[in-house]
Amino acid sequence: MWDYSDKVKEHFFSPRNAGAVDDANAIGDVGSLSCGDALRLSLKVDPDTEVIEEAGFQTFGCGSAIASSSALTEIIKGMTLDQALNVSNQDIADFLDGLPPEKMHCSVMGREALQAAVANYRGEEWKDDHEEGALVCKCFAVDEVLIEETIRANGLTTVAEVANYTKAGGGCSACHEGIEEVLGRVLADQGKAFDPAAAQPQPAPAAAPASAPGGKLTNLQRIRRIENAIEAIRPNLQRDHGDVELIDVEGKNVYVRMTGACVGCQMASVTMDGIQERIVEDLGEFVRVLPADAPRLAASV
Amino acid sequence: MSQHAPASGIYLDNNATTMVDPEVVSAMLPFFTEQFGNPSSLHQFGNQVGRAIKQARQQVQTLLGAEHDSEIVFTSCGTESDSTAILSALKAQPERREIITTVVEHPAVLSLCEHLEKDGYRVHYLKVDNKGRLDMQQYMDLLSDRTAIVSVMWANNESGTLFPVEEMALLARSAGVLFHTDAVQAVGKVPIDLKRSAIDMLSLSGHKLHAPKGIGVLYLRRNTRFRPLLRGGHQERGRRAGTENTASIVGLGKACELAMVHMDDETTRGRALRDRLERGILDAVPHCFVTGDPGNRLPNTCNIAFEYIEGEAILLLLNKLGIAASSGSACTSGSLEPSHVMRAMGIPFTAAHGTVRFSLSRYNSEQEIDRVIEAVPPIIAQLRKLSPYWGEDGPVENPEAAFAPAYA
Ligand SMILES: Cc1ncc(COP(=O)(O)O)c(C=O)c1O
Ligand code: FES
Repeated sequence: MWDYSDKVKEHFFSPRNAGAVDDANAIGDVGSLSCGDALRLSLKVDPDTEVIEEAGFQTFGCGSAIASSSALTEIIKGMTLDQALNVSNQDIADFLDGLPPEKMHCSVMGREALQAAVANYRGEEWKDDHEEGALVCKCFAVDEVLIEETIRANGLTTVAEVANYTKAGGGCSACHEGIEEVLGRVLADQGKAFDPAAAQPQPAPAAAPASAPGGKLTNLQRIRRIENAIEAIRPNLQRDHGDVELIDVEGKNVYVRMTGACVGCQMASVTMDGIQERIVEDLGEFVRVLPADAPRLAASV
Repeated sequence: MSQHAPASGIYLDNNATTMVDPEVVSAMLPFFTEQFGNPSSLHQFGNQVGRAIKQARQQVQTLLGAEHDSEIVFTSCGTESDSTAILSALKAQPERREIITTVVEHPAVLSLCEHLEKDGYRVHYLKVDNKGRLDMQQYMDLLSDRTAIVSVMWANNESGTLFPVEEMALLARSAGVLFHTDAVQAVGKVPIDLKRSAIDMLSLSGHKLHAPKGIGVLYLRRNTRFRPLLRGGHQERGRRAGTENTASIVGLGKACELAMVHMDDETTRGRALRDRLERGILDAVPHCFVTGDPGNRLPNTCNIAFEYIEGEAILLLLNKLGIAASSGSACTSGSLEPSHVMRAMGIPFTAAHGTVRFSLSRYNSEQEIDRVIEAVPPIIAQLRKLSPYWGEDGPVENPEAAFAPAYA
């Protein structure tokens, strides 16, 4: 199921401040049965200092809703109302070492309950302006309502623009079908058609690592390529219970050590030739592959 | 059998998936090692495997009561079988642009149908009543020569409610309409005799009957017009290309054979255990009720709605005690709505979020059931204590009004 942090589990299994505060003077109710999430936050506020002396919660909801409620009460106890109003839903999620994207709304609910409770204390009317839609992008926890509003407000027409404005779609890209659907719907409302061809140009493939001036490979690039070539050969050798290891590179000489079945094998020199051929091909320059124990000086150019 | 069950933990989530039977595992093992051949190959390596697949096909045929073993097409899962059946019917009869299905199907059918609607197909979703039953009159009125296919599940995965698919298939046939049933939850749990039915296509999935995941079957009645989903090799007589998942096919064959052996036990002893669990919980916990049609459901399934609390929280607390079940709450699926099955039956929101499904298998024992009966009531009480909708020892009066948030 969900990959809950230990902190979430702990606050779910042993919630702090569960239940209503007896002589509460601030109460915030958010959510409803139909949403499957509801939270009543009750606070006892010192009228002189506006410090929250006690906080309690009653929650109808899932594990992370209960854990978020518990975390919220822990965070705000001892704060003044103004300080508490600065607590964001991200603070609640951070307190719990993170929440799964599908569950971020639980922390939002906590923050809203707090706003409602403060409004209740101050005799103001609290109006929720947050509407929630189905989660479209899981990478960034962006729901349909936000995507739709952002498209309308900014006249967006492509998935790439949606990603720039809302982050939705900027990760694994699995949600692009969903984003295209929202785009199609909104654009149709405006009498326009969604044109997938106008979508983002594919990002250019990662450019090859910059070479040293003059088009020559740097030493580091050269050794990396040699390493890669050897890595590519190893599975073949391993299948025959042998192996090869890169020991050193000195100018045009590449020193390797053959191990396992390759040691003393009649074919060792043939294998070395094969490795050499491969490296030369990958490197685009001539090198000589030598056993690591070959006399260095004699072999050096 | 129970000595094979996992050492700790009580597994009551068999509608989600089942443990692979140890006999199935041992039947499969040779097909990873010495019997690795490709059944299409001419040499001896392939030959033997080909024979094993033939045997598996017959084992499936026997469990389904199919007339010919060539009516069994191996696929990769229940979902693939569902998609293949529905898309084939549309492709083979391009002049027919309507589908009849139900509001409580598995997403394997529902999501596909919703997607097909975007392509201009018309889908009729049969409604259910508060016990999850269909209105047969509505069904008959919808059948027409515009209908490409009827797809109705045999048993519901959440409530276990059985649909009268044999009767519905007959009605479809007399209207000249193809009939498909998603029998993923029914196969192995209720007797099936396809040769005596008018069902044209049927989907099953191995992992619901103690075979591995990733193997399924589409039953395709002989002479049914068919268009493959995957084209390529000649495997499955060209009806499902792709080199066979030989080990899993052999495993599924064995699992079907075992299902025949155990079916009586599961419908008597298994059902009795399920009823014991249900009675035990209903007697001990106030404000809860059974969803679906208790008189007409799978013998292994019981779905209980606990009012004023949320299902995921129940599951987490059960899990802490090593008890595995599942829930139709919105929060377990990451969606905003509770289970579409519960909503379709008109289960009020006060309860729909708190539904818990217990689904048993032949490995469950009476001691396990008694431990669950003991574990559930305190968990429910503990969560209700946290709920703003729950008072001292009952729901607060008029919960929706007593708890009146700034928005709803
Ligand atoms: C009724 C029903 N149909 C289809 C499926 C999908 O089967 P599979 O997981 O093999 O694709 C399931 C399983 O979850 C199911 O319960
Ligand atoms: S789900 Fe949107 S980018 Fe991954």
